[in-house]
Order: sequence, then C-alpha cells, then structure tokens
Amino acid sequence: MTALLVALGAAVGAPLRYLTDRAVQARLGSAFPWGTLTVNVAGSLLLGLVTGLPTDPAVGALVGTGFCGALTTWSTLSYETLRLARGGRRLAALLNVTASLAAGLAAATAGYALARALTG
Amino acid sequence: MTGPAEPPRIDPDVDLRVPGDRGELTAHPAAVLGAVSAGGLLGALARAGLQAAFPHPPDGFPWATFGVNLSGCLLIGVLMAVLGRAGGGRPLARPFLGVGVLGGYTTFSTYAVDVHRALLAGAPATALAYLAATLVGALLAVWAGDATTDRLLWSRR
Repeated sequence: MTALLVALGAAVGAPLRYLTDRAVQARLGSAFPWGTLTVNVAGSLLLGLVTGLPTDPAVGALVGTGFCGALTTWSTLSYETLRLARGGRRLAALLNVTASLAAGLAAATAGYALARALTG
Repeated sequence: MTGPAEPPRIDPDVDLRVPGDRGELTAHPAAVLGAVSAGGLLGALARAGLQAAFPHPPDGFPWATFGVNLSGCLLIGVLMAVLGRAGGGRPLARPFLGVGVLGGYTTFSTYAVDVHRALLAGAPATALAYLAATLVGALLAVWAGDATTDRLLWSRR
C-alpha cells in the first residue's frame, strides 16, 4: 500500500518538475537554472509543511516520499552546477548551489513553522 | 567534450535552448510525459526502498538519502556523457532515464527537511556534516561520473 502511494505521488511529481522547468525557462530564459531552483524550493516548503502537520503515514508516503521526492532533485542540480562551472561560469555555479541550499533550507523551515502555527 | 556544434546545455531535465528538448513536448506530449512519469515512479520506489531498509533517527545521519543522492549524481554524469556522445541518444532516453528515473530517485526536499530535523533534534554537528557532505559529495560524484565516462568513451574511439 505504501509503495503504491509513493508510486502515485512520484508519477505526478516527476512530470510536474519537467513542466515547471519548461514554464520557468520560457519566462526567465535558460542561462541560469531557475526552473530547478523553483521546484526544489517549492518541494522543500511543501515537505516541511507535511512534516510539521500531524498527518497519516499514508499522506507522508503519497505527498512526501512520492510527490515531493520526485518533484525535487539533486541529480539535476549537481549536473547544472558542473555545466556552469565547465562553461567558465564559476560564479553562477557557486550561486546555483548556495541559493538552492539557502532557499531550500529556509523553505523547509518556513513550511514546518507554518504547520506548527496552524495546528497550534 | 564540447564541440562547437553542441548546444550549451545546462539543465539535464530540459534546456529550451537545445532544439530537441524544445520540440519534444509538442511533438510527442503523451510519450514524453509518460516516460518521465514512469521513470520517476521507478526511481522513487528505489529511493523509498533504501530509505525503509536503512532508517535513521531524527538526530542521526541520513545515510540512505545520502547514498541515494550521491549515486544519482554519479549516474546523471554517466548518463549525460553517454547521451552527449550519442548525439542525444534515443528520443525518450533522457526523459525516461534522466528526468524520470534519476530525478525521481534523488531528492532535494528530503535533504533540506532532514537537515532541519537534525537541527530541531539538537544535533547541529550532524546537520552541518550532512549538509556539507551531500553538497561536496554530489558535486564530486557528478564530476567523476562525467569525466570517467567521457574518458572511457574517447579512449575507445
């Protein structure tokens, strides 16, 4: 049952990352990987929220492990950083990882704090 | 190896400056989204299996997710080098294996939340070690995967 929920969440989360990435690049261009930053921060916020709420393990499997897990990615982030650095754009590479880490951690913290505020 | 004709790909999921990436969704929307979805499902199940097999307390080091993220970064380096050498490979190879399987296998949200949880659990040293080890390890892994594969492919020319 847990595996089914994880699969279901991931089946939606992965294509949503792809579609979000396309939509963000269509607006902001593709020179800096804003699309991946967007999904990683949004997913961290949502997972922080889910972690802070007194939810059923089934919700954790579906929304947390499945959806948020597949929406967000380290493989894409690391490859982009490698490509930026290889292309001589060291500052952009550094900015990509530091912004991802800082914003992702802030989002996870904010999501958790929001959940705690909502549940009292 | 970056030839002059190779587009300046940065994002392995989708880079709209790469003609093949730009046109794939309108050309084959169901096949592309289906491949991403199916791959993501498989990658996420592998990750969930490893996380269930190697659980960690809130103040402990998340070894399973750490291993998942580092191995996924190594593999995306290998995959993109192979596909780059093959001129992009088959149309659904990148959507299925790169965007789907490896994107679904690795996770940034669990990483961020686990760092926060370790801090909440009163284990700042663990949080910092995990934060830094994943960052350094992920970048070394993707570099190693890319460089090693590139070298092997070129030596066999």
